[in-house]
Amino acid sequence: MSAVLPQSREQATGLSFGEALRARFRSLSALPSGRFFFSVILFLAILVFAILGPTIFNQHDPLQIVGGLYDTPSSKFWLGTDNFGHSVFTQLMFGTRTSLIIGFVAGLIATGIGVVIGTAAGFNGGFVEEALMGITNVVITIPSIVVLILLSIAISTRSIYSLALVIGVTSWPWTARAVRAQASSLRTREHVDIARLAGANTASLIVWEILPYMLSYIFMAFVLQLTSGILAEAALSMLGLGPSNSVSLGIMLHWALLWESVRTGAWWAFVPPTLFLTIIAFALLLLQSSLDEVFNPRLRRS
Amino acid sequence: MSRFQRYVLTKAAWFLVAFIVALILNFYLPRMIPGNPVDTLVSQMAQGGADVQAMQQVYNTYIKEFGLDKPAISQFGTYLQHLVHGNLGTSFALYPTSVNSLIANALPWSIALQLPAILIGWLLGNLLGAIAAYRGGWFDWGGFVGSLFLSSMPYYCLAILLLYGLAVKFQVFPPGSGYSSNRAPNWSWGFFADALQHYWLPFLSLVIIFVGGQAIGMRSMAIYELGSDYVGYSKGLGISDNRIVRYIFRNAMLPQVTGLALSIGSLVGGALITEIVFSYPGIGSLLFDSIRQNDYPVIQGITLLIMVAVLVANFLVDIAYGFIDPRIRTAQTGG
Repeated sequence: MSAVLPQSREQATGLSFGEALRARFRSLSALPSGRFFFSVILFLAILVFAILGPTIFNQHDPLQIVGGLYDTPSSKFWLGTDNFGHSVFTQLMFGTRTSLIIGFVAGLIATGIGVVIGTAAGFNGGFVEEALMGITNVVITIPSIVVLILLSIAISTRSIYSLALVIGVTSWPWTARAVRAQASSLRTREHVDIARLAGANTASLIVWEILPYMLSYIFMAFVLQLTSGILAEAALSMLGLGPSNSVSLGIMLHWALLWESVRTGAWWAFVPPTLFLTIIAFALLLLQSSLDEVFNPRLRRS
Repeated sequence: MSRFQRYVLTKAAWFLVAFIVALILNFYLPRMIPGNPVDTLVSQMAQGGADVQAMQQVYNTYIKEFGLDKPAISQFGTYLQHLVHGNLGTSFALYPTSVNSLIANALPWSIALQLPAILIGWLLGNLLGAIAAYRGGWFDWGGFVGSLFLSSMPYYCLAILLLYGLAVKFQVFPPGSGYSSNRAPNWSWGFFADALQHYWLPFLSLVIIFVGGQAIGMRSMAIYELGSDYVGYSKGLGISDNRIVRYIFRNAMLPQVTGLALSIGSLVGGALITEIVFSYPGIGSLLFDSIRQNDYPVIQGITLLIMVAVLVANFLVDIAYGFIDPRIRTAQTGG
């Protein structure tokens, strides 16, 4: 019987299968780093455009009226004007900035709440865990788009930050769930026991023995929250619930759709925000999945 | 009481709690808007030049309907009472049309658009993902990056680009709406053919995104299974490739089936913006119009509908899992 039992996976899989796996590993092993750098550079380019763009191109007021309804792109206004006569290029810089700010703030809030609840539940166990996860499960089953719509209607002034807050407080449950699983398995590790025997209190146990081991997960969760925050803002704005008196990628699309830029062929009004949203989401998800393969070698097919 | 019954009861209790929280949110949040929405509505009508008697009638209707002269808790009671009778109230913007009839007109369009898109996208996506995982090589690499790009593309972005490309630039399809403006919805073949013409583009925009998402999920599940011990052991025992592939895909399918059920649950709220992009006469366009007109009863009716659909789908998935997967049936619930 023992002869049948595999000594190693390589031996067990047989030649053809092992070869197939190795070939696949060879073809993919170079990818994570390439994908990683590609996504980082893509995202940095967007970031620089949004932060330094207004200074570089010397455009500081996205709401300035510089032309008429859907003027075609010209040497002065590279992407023409929108329905109000704003320069689309300037709008794009400031719109990207707003979308990124909302994404970052919402992502920080959501990740923060998620980590606190997840760690408290996973580290303490018992009744605390059941209560916190019960709340999380209830919140998770209520679709967040609905709560977002209802909350955005309820707040009297929709500013960039109030909207980011609304998005943040509705999207933490997935992070809480993932972090709880991590914290719960870390709790029983030996190094935690040793620290506990050495007399460390709960706070320092969590800060020094649990959190450092979860940092990679927390960062990946943040990247996901950042992405979904940017997309949530865009969705809300397109429904007509965006921040008032400001411009974001979603608001640009909202007006472009409302003023029929697509059907009248004014591509410069809707293609730039569409492409930017896609590129941002693609870059961040690619970053997330390449980080996943770095931290989680099993996905590398080895 | 058997273990399975206890599992179902615990799940049901959790979903009841979620439902009550959802109801409270749905009732209470729109009431946090400063001022009385009915006053706003009536003052808008006054600006529009409506006569005093009509305004008084509208005012009384809403005060009575919401019990606005009573405290909040009894307003909630009135709200629940209406809901139990399946009455979602009266629209502000389109007085005296009931919210029920507005939703009843829009919902079939949304379902007809999304149900086929979800099912076909799911089938195609799983097939492609499975092949990519098993084949590997360029097919996998190209397919993976392509699917990642497609699935990370917000679904409404693809919708906008398709609308411009295939209906405006190259006029292959009509530019949006559910049917030609010179027709009224009826059950004739002519109308059906016309609606089908308008159907392809929004349908396509949803299917492509679904295929991408499903393919990625299936691929990573299948790769995970390919690397697991039972595959190696089966190989060692000399079990045929075909049978191993069957084992792998049976295991990899479980989360995919959940995904299918959940996307059917989120059907009502899943593609709101696609409908706005194409001016397709479904729930999304209705929501868009009611947000612009501050038509709170319609907004609340739609949010409630979305929540109930998602909650029911989640509940059914959990129950089905209890049947399919004995590990879950015996595991701790609620955690």
